[in-house]
Amino acid sequence: MNFSLMLQKHKLNLNPTSVDTLQVNLTKLCNQACRHCHVDSSPKRTEALGDSHFEKVIALMQAPQIKTLDLTGGAPELHPRFKELIERVSGVGKKIIVRHNLTVAFDPHPQTGMSMLWLHDFFQLHKVSLVSSLPYYREFLTDRQRGHGVFKKSILGLQTLNKLGYGVKDSGLEINLVYNPVGHYLPPEQSGLELEYKKELKANFNIEFNNLFAITNLPVKRFKEDLARNNQLEEYMEKLINAFNPQAALGVMCRSMLSVSWDGRIYDCDFNQMLEMQSRTQDKVAVSLDNFNIESFLNRNILWADHCYGCTAGAGSSCGGTIT
Amino acid sequence: MNYYESNDLKKFPKISDLSPDMAAKFFEWYGLVTGTDSALTKREKALIALAVSHTLKCPYCIDAYTTGCLENGADPQQMMEAVQVSAAMAAGVTLVHGVQMQNHLREKGVID
Repeated sequence: MNFSLMLQKHKLNLNPTSVDTLQVNLTKLCNQACRHCHVDSSPKRTEALGDSHFEKVIALMQAPQIKTLDLTGGAPELHPRFKELIERVSGVGKKIIVRHNLTVAFDPHPQTGMSMLWLHDFFQLHKVSLVSSLPYYREFLTDRQRGHGVFKKSILGLQTLNKLGYGVKDSGLEINLVYNPVGHYLPPEQSGLELEYKKELKANFNIEFNNLFAITNLPVKRFKEDLARNNQLEEYMEKLINAFNPQAALGVMCRSMLSVSWDGRIYDCDFNQMLEMQSRTQDKVAVSLDNFNIESFLNRNILWADHCYGCTAGAGSSCGGTIT
Repeated sequence: MNYYESNDLKKFPKISDLSPDMAAKFFEWYGLVTGTDSALTKREKALIALAVSHTLKCPYCIDAYTTGCLENGADPQQMMEAVQVSAAMAAGVTLVHGVQMQNHLREKGVID
């Protein structure tokens, strides 16, 4: 059953509710090339937000309805004007989230070869909230998903951030970790896994963090191709559909955000962006930073497809972990 | 048709067709035992189930609990250790019966 029909069956009318979060995919360039990556990022990608759209993002952050700037990629830190963006937006008084991969500070910039070791202090200075993927609290699964040596570098990154106050109680510096399955299965229950992560990371590496977000792998791009290659796509979709949870559907993130791509186009979420399902107004006009209007955007119909089942399975899934 | 078909795992609920009351009681009990956090966590239960699956050599159960372990937060090293425990127990069970053999040998005056 396609996703729209499932919503009809459950009498769910999922209209947009707000534009709390402006999520921007600054660049597809990344120091890693993870096997699950739905963005197809790698050190070879060159796409990056251009200057005119860069200014429009900063202007948009002045809108009172938008409370959070959520920067993603690729590795957003590799955008040539990343520092400037944070410096200019941090004066506006909004929350800034960077989806930080924990290793990017230790690798030279893939294009310029420059050191990125300034990042940790820079994050601290601007009180940037960090969201970082750590597929498991042990080495095997983390390196399997994100590449050889990533676990050790990630641990070093977390220890460095802890020393600066990140994840430390009452410091006001937030780092949340992300778990997502390495293979073709659904994530464990979030709260139990978070306790396990906290216990193990503290005991083995003296690491602290704020929250763990357990995220479902959505069947798009590399992950979908991997499923198809292993004849697992049908089974995985069946699992997601059988786990459809109307309560989780009510909280899907696309109802309260907008997602901007490197070329200024606007989408309902990061996954629609990767599938080039650009948001459209009621008049069927494709939305971009060049014609964006908040009221018109809130009146749009969100675009659904089968990958949306990934956000509504079980306890639900979003960029902030489970929904229910 | 083979004796074991992977798609047959999905047909497990169909055992209800011929004895619905008994099957309903079984599935309720099974869900309570394996599917809830209680004195043991669901992950610990899944690892035990994976070990038992190997001991009893059930391909359906190995399939189901490989996924079950992963979806309850276990990693492949923990899962392989559970299988090692299963193998060690099976070997130990065989070897401890050697004591019975020795008892018989003693009865027959073959050993002291």
